[in-house]
Amino acid sequence: MITLTHVCKTYKVSKRDAGFSSALKALFHREYERISALDDVSFTISDGEMVGYIGPNGAGKSSTIKILSGILVPDAGTCLVNGLIPWKNRIEHVKNIGVVFGQRTQLWWDVPILDSFELLKEIYQISTPLYRQNLEQLTEMLDLSALLKTPARQLSLGQRMRCELAGSLLHSPKILFLDEPTIGLDAVSKLAVRDFILKLNAEKKTTVILTTHDMQDIEALTSRIILIGKGQILLDGHIHQIKEGFDSTEEGLASFYKSHHI
Amino acid sequence: MRKYLAFFRLRFSMGLQYRAAALAGMSTQLVWGIMEILMFRAFYRADASAFPMSLEATSAYVWLQQAFLAFHAAMFMENEIFESISNGNIVYELCRPVNIYNMWFSRNLAKRVSSAALRCMPILLIAVFLPAPYGLMPPVSFPVFLLFLFSLLLWILVTVSFCMLIYMASFFTISHAGIRMAAFCAVDFFSGAVIPLPFFPDRIRQIFELLPFAAMQNVPLRIYSGDLSGSAMWQALFLQCFWFLIMAGTGRAINAIAMKKVTVQGG
Repeated sequence: MITLTHVCKTYKVSKRDAGFSSALKALFHREYERISALDDVSFTISDGEMVGYIGPNGAGKSSTIKILSGILVPDAGTCLVNGLIPWKNRIEHVKNIGVVFGQRTQLWWDVPILDSFELLKEIYQISTPLYRQNLEQLTEMLDLSALLKTPARQLSLGQRMRCELAGSLLHSPKILFLDEPTIGLDAVSKLAVRDFILKLNAEKKTTVILTTHDMQDIEALTSRIILIGKGQILLDGHIHQIKEGFDSTEEGLASFYKSHHI
Repeated sequence: MRKYLAFFRLRFSMGLQYRAAALAGMSTQLVWGIMEILMFRAFYRADASAFPMSLEATSAYVWLQQAFLAFHAAMFMENEIFESISNGNIVYELCRPVNIYNMWFSRNLAKRVSSAALRCMPILLIAVFLPAPYGLMPPVSFPVFLLFLFSLLLWILVTVSFCMLIYMASFFTISHAGIRMAAFCAVDFFSGAVIPLPFFPDRIRQIFELLPFAAMQNVPLRIYSGDLSGSAMWQALFLQCFWFLIMAGTGRAINAIAMKKVTVQGG
């Protein structure tokens, strides 16, 4: 169970005009602007749900994910994930979540994937039988058997992403955050990742929160979407509400953004 | 604890696979050691009595320093850590049930120990067979050798806890290059990496010996040859423990502050 109530977050952004003289001025006097990334955001997600969290670039998606995973402290509001406040009980909290950032990697570059996995086993203190069982299952579901002995640097992006997914699930987390998991993947890899997420949600009842710009991801995976823009929740409902009256979800979404001036 | 051992193991085995780097490093250090000793030889020939350490002790100092270069060298910091701070990959580490300070500490320790393990043996072996007074003399006595090993351990702990302060500082600055450069010039000069501390004028030396930098190579390398003994040695060992505890404590405190206010930028 995830509840977010009235969460706000502002960032301090340094600003100056272009050019040498303003760079010189900035040496002595810095000017900052406060930018509101999240403005009174509230929602609830129950166990086993699969939710698409969408919005244009800079809407506050990543900030929300960071708050939910305990990395970022909001300025106001409360957040409870399975009864814990993420940033207050960071270490306790992160034992129960898995995170995949599509644009980053958690695998050690120069060693075989299995070494990275063994390290994760120790980090999460996964018991050996559970580790074996999960590894076996994930290897089969994601077709990893040929990849496990290869160093991460020699894998293609699609192969690596499958390994990233497996790495985030070795400790059987109750909640999985996926931040653009299909970014840059080819059609085959995308389908494989989607299939896997569907299966995971169906079989293990893992709560999945997915951010993406790929509407096909959303259509294939989730029925509920939370749409955020300029730091505020604009829609919490079904994907059909966006698509209605348009040829594709993309067009519907674009016109939705336009009508909200974002 | 087991988690951090696992980090140590993985980083250690990773360090062992860079064979070409080890070979290149080893030959550089051998040649460097020979050149340094040739230079000292020229000085000693002019007036051996003007020097605070015997040529034999100085040679031993140089060889041990070259063999354990990985214990103090600037280039043995983990670039991945600086990168993860500046490019935001650290989010993954923050999503794990680990203490960032302890994890990086064990990684750094493993990196330095693994590269020293790869390089020290051949260098030491060659140095042992060089003719006296240019080679590595045998340890003065067995108890002294044990004290040397203990002090060697403290050396690397002091170095790593010092480096941790630099990693921690990079949480608060946009670029880490400046701090890093300044820190390592200081280490090289004040720790006796350029010339051993006893070669400095007395009054400067007395101050240098109290600094944390003196708790690095200065102590074990001088204990080995018997140059540092008696109450001066115990004081130096005490200072090593003292600086390790102070720097590790400070590092952990900064880590706790950084965890509260760190912001990973970008989506």
